[in-house]
Amino acid sequence: MDIKTQIQQREDFYKKIREYFLQQAVVEVDVPVLGRYGPTDLHLASMSVLSGSTRYYLQTSPEFFMKRLLAEGSGDIFAICKAFREAETGSRHNPEFSMLEWYRCGFDLPRLMADVRSLVQCFLPGLAFETRSYAEVFESRLGLNPHPATDSELAELALKNTGFRGELDKAGYLDLLMSECIEPDLGNQACFLLDFPVCQAAMAKIGQDGSGHQVARRFELYIDGMEIANGYLELASAEEQRQRFEADNLARKARKLEKMPIDENFLQALNQMPDCSGVALGLDRLLWLLCRDRGLVEDTGINLEKVLLFPWHRL
Amino acid sequence: MASYSTNEFRGGLKVMLDGDPCSIVENEFVKPGKGQAFSRVRLKNLKTGRTWDRTFKSGESLEAADVMDTDMQYLYSDGEYWHFMHPETFDQKQADQAAVADAIQWLKEQDICVVTLYNDQPLSVTPPNHVELEIAETDPGVRGDTATGGTKPAKLVTGAVVKVPLFLEEGEVVKVDTRTGEYIGRVR
Repeated sequence: MDIKTQIQQREDFYKKIREYFLQQAVVEVDVPVLGRYGPTDLHLASMSVLSGSTRYYLQTSPEFFMKRLLAEGSGDIFAICKAFREAETGSRHNPEFSMLEWYRCGFDLPRLMADVRSLVQCFLPGLAFETRSYAEVFESRLGLNPHPATDSELAELALKNTGFRGELDKAGYLDLLMSECIEPDLGNQACFLLDFPVCQAAMAKIGQDGSGHQVARRFELYIDGMEIANGYLELASAEEQRQRFEADNLARKARKLEKMPIDENFLQALNQMPDCSGVALGLDRLLWLLCRDRGLVEDTGINLEKVLLFPWHRL
Repeated sequence: MASYSTNEFRGGLKVMLDGDPCSIVENEFVKPGKGQAFSRVRLKNLKTGRTWDRTFKSGESLEAADVMDTDMQYLYSDGEYWHFMHPETFDQKQADQAAVADAIQWLKEQDICVVTLYNDQPLSVTPPNHVELEIAETDPGVRGDTATGGTKPAKLVTGAVVKVPLFLEEGEVVKVDTRTGEYIGRVR
């Protein structure tokens, strides 16, 4: 792709996204990229900067600020922004990347998934979608229901299917099996995976699936085996969210990771937040798929560099 | 011995895995959104030549392998060992059959080869990309046939068998690509 085409593709892409949300009456918000707080998640490393003697974190997603707006009565909102994640470099990752995140008040997950689908189909019109539960996909490929599975059962599966011998926690084994065994099997169409294991709930509500297992009310959209979007039925309880943050910090301590300060402004807002669902979508990845669909990038596996004007190593 | 963490893994890095020295071929960063990060690594076992695919947790490390590629001149074979000499230090190493392996059929005295040393002993030998070798045996040449593109097998003095154009004769010297085993041209 020459430089003009590359610039034009992203411009058209953003224009269409904004048109879509205009039709849906979802309002664009411009939220800070620097915040006083970062996520407590074990596997999200924030980059930080000092202003005077105060430390600010480059946001790994606009979630904290957007939820504060929802609590203050913003109604449905979306943001197109930059997100930053330390040390994430690879063909599907760049430490600075572009993210689309949006929230729909009163939406449950099926409605939000339909919304995601309508948006994606603006760009990939021929794409077929299916929805499967995490448990069904996992069990049909690996023969084990992931929800009641123990660490040692998962370790055994990991060894048998990937040769992995290292030590992980439950969520880690699930991540390994997901990326090594399941993602490559998801096919080249679009697939929503629904109802995640509770150890991966993050900021989603917990519910029960058809077989009575506790599940996180969360979905991921995969296209061509690649993770594109991650949606939650949003947890709106400050109390429960605080417990999860504190549990994260304990786990961080056990791994000698930095303890992350807890964002009290955010927690306070959660109790005022309306019932809603929200989703984050990787814009660079979707743009790559779109360019591939138009024959503008070679179909030899994803390489985000093809759609980034200045990838990390060219800064 | 030093060790390397997954974020230092690069193509060509030599590491120990399951007791064998390996060379990293590829390293891919794998990470579900908010999940555990992994490195999906392809390695070549330098002893057996086999390729291994392994996945490591990000931040895990592997011991560095004491492996070094050195340019050395091939001297001679005594039947059991193949002898090489460093052209500057005159340091000599003897490689056994397992180390020389497929390179045997291309080794010509005085050619400079890449000898991979592991713990200072030859682990493998890579011949020059292009070698010039004399034809030892082939069917008689078809005079004047330089245009039909036909080929015939020719056995070279080192034992390699290469397809050559029909007009070539025994005793002529040919240039061959050792990576593909293909004839490149006649050396006059």
